[in-house]
Amino acid sequence: MTDSIAVEARHVVKAFGQGDTAVRALDDVSVNIRTGEFFTLLGPSGCGKTTLLRLIAGFEMPSAGAILLEGADITTLPPNKRPVNTVFQSYALFPHLTVAENVGFGLQMLGRPKAEVAATTARMLALVKLEALAGRKTSQLSGGQQQRVALARALAPAPKVLLLDEPLSALDLKLRKEMQIELKRLQLETGITFIFVTHDQEEALTMSDRIGVMSAGKLQQVGTPKDIYNHPVNRFVASFIGESNFLPATREGDRYRLDCGALIAAPAAKAARVTLTVRPEQVRLAAAGDTDAIPATITNLVYFGTDTHCHLALSDGTEVVARLQSPATGDAGLRIGQPVGLRFVPEAIQVLED
Amino acid sequence: MANKGFVISRLPGFNPIAGLVFAGLYLPILILVVYSFNAGRSVASWEGFSLQWYAVAWENDAVKDATIRSLYLAASAAVISTVLATLAALGTTRRKAFGGQTFIYVMINQPLMVPEIVSAVALLIFFAMIKQATGYAGMGYLIAAHSAFCIPFAYLPIRARLEGMDMTLETAAADLYASTWQAFRFVTLPLLLPGIFAGMMLAFVTSLDDVVITVFVKSAGQDTLPTYMLGQIRRQVTAEINAISTVLLALTVLLLTLFFVLTRKKDE
Repeated sequence: MTDSIAVEARHVVKAFGQGDTAVRALDDVSVNIRTGEFFTLLGPSGCGKTTLLRLIAGFEMPSAGAILLEGADITTLPPNKRPVNTVFQSYALFPHLTVAENVGFGLQMLGRPKAEVAATTARMLALVKLEALAGRKTSQLSGGQQQRVALARALAPAPKVLLLDEPLSALDLKLRKEMQIELKRLQLETGITFIFVTHDQEEALTMSDRIGVMSAGKLQQVGTPKDIYNHPVNRFVASFIGESNFLPATREGDRYRLDCGALIAAPAAKAARVTLTVRPEQVRLAAAGDTDAIPATITNLVYFGTDTHCHLALSDGTEVVARLQSPATGDAGLRIGQPVGLRFVPEAIQVLED
Repeated sequence: MANKGFVISRLPGFNPIAGLVFAGLYLPILILVVYSFNAGRSVASWEGFSLQWYAVAWENDAVKDATIRSLYLAASAAVISTVLATLAALGTTRRKAFGGQTFIYVMINQPLMVPEIVSAVALLIFFAMIKQATGYAGMGYLIAAHSAFCIPFAYLPIRARLEGMDMTLETAAADLYASTWQAFRFVTLPLLLPGIFAGMMLAFVTSLDDVVITVFVKSAGQDTLPTYMLGQIRRQVTAEINAISTVLLALTVLLLTLFFVLTRKKDE
């Protein structure tokens, strides 16, 4: 991976409809995607992630702003003039062509010599391990195989950027896990920049070099999976990626007073009224009445096998979830209604100002 | 017994009514076909099996002439109307909805709704004016008239096929460096072909059995098979007519069967 920029979006706006009823699918989005990285656009449906992908592919034009590919402005270029290929959510394989003809389609349209088309097609089919099915019609393939054909077809013309629009969403869980590993391998082997769209946070965390979290047409945060998980910039990111506890608090000097009265240390913030967030696995239980532990009551216990979710209520009613590793005996000695104390791992507390 | 809900075939009288309707639809045709093999002259009393009327029709130069003209006319009209209908179908489905879309749709299908006799009279007068001005009296008038009223028959199956097509395929073609023309040539057209053939067949069959417009538009000596048969029946009725009708029926059934095979949804 180098530091050069593959794709840049500059203040991109995409509005659908006109006048008062116009909806901003993208609202001033700017992002730099580096050459050779696996970049994921993550967000709930309707957040604008697919729209951004379609703008990069050229299927739609932005209402304002610019899209640059390796520094060149491609905002108004039609899709067939962009060295960018797409793996569609529905795969969009050509039903009247064989697997090999599908894979060779792009090169054929580019007017490459027959020998080169055949050689590249064979190489691509080998890359996705489908050599044996070259002569089949695509309708005779399973979902996973169709997925591989779609990948080989998009990779065959050696695009500068590969766009993947929720390509795994139609597969069952087991196949999805396999394809996640497969995609990562293909990306490393080809060195092509991947821009991957998904609403699945686990997929994003496991596969990406960097993630762009989107919501309501805006890019909320861009960073490595660890950055995003450990240092979410706002409540949306903290709740969309993983689970979080949110505790309203008021700043008192360099510490924060929770609504239940407890005073805890956390990084400095400008605002007086903030929300503290802590992941459930960073909450520790202590004996009731333990000094500097926050008093709480167990309201529910949910057993997940490897761990147990312990739902707690603070004295002001705020709910906190603690994820506790299940003990070897299978019984942590906790009961619903039992008074306990709780502590947060100090460096795991994040301060959200919105 | 468990109540299986409303089943129309269990209503009283379902079977007799269905039987009566099918008899009404197919008995006359069956009788026509049977009497085409009659050994006698009559179309009403059976005198034994014979293929003589097929032989008579085959030897009749007027029948041969009319058959060739009918096939030529139907083929020309089918090709012309299918090309126009394909363009119309592409124009009305491959673009964003526009004002007046319904109006255009109605206009394309106008021949299905305007009484044929009105079109026939209108064409008679219109073509008479052109004839007077140019002196041309060839097959062009019939071809033009048939092409026009065949358009909706070709248009409907093509449009249905286009609407059922996944638009993402064309987007994918563009993404894979196909120009607009290449995307049409290598993706849309091959996928559309069954619809185009179906439309062409329907247009062909429609042209083949047209009487009203043909009678009004044709010049002297331009009898098609249906107008020839109409003329014959006025003079004398022989089983030759049955034989010709049976062949025409066989041809139509064959083409319509092909049409259904082509438009059937493939369960791939």
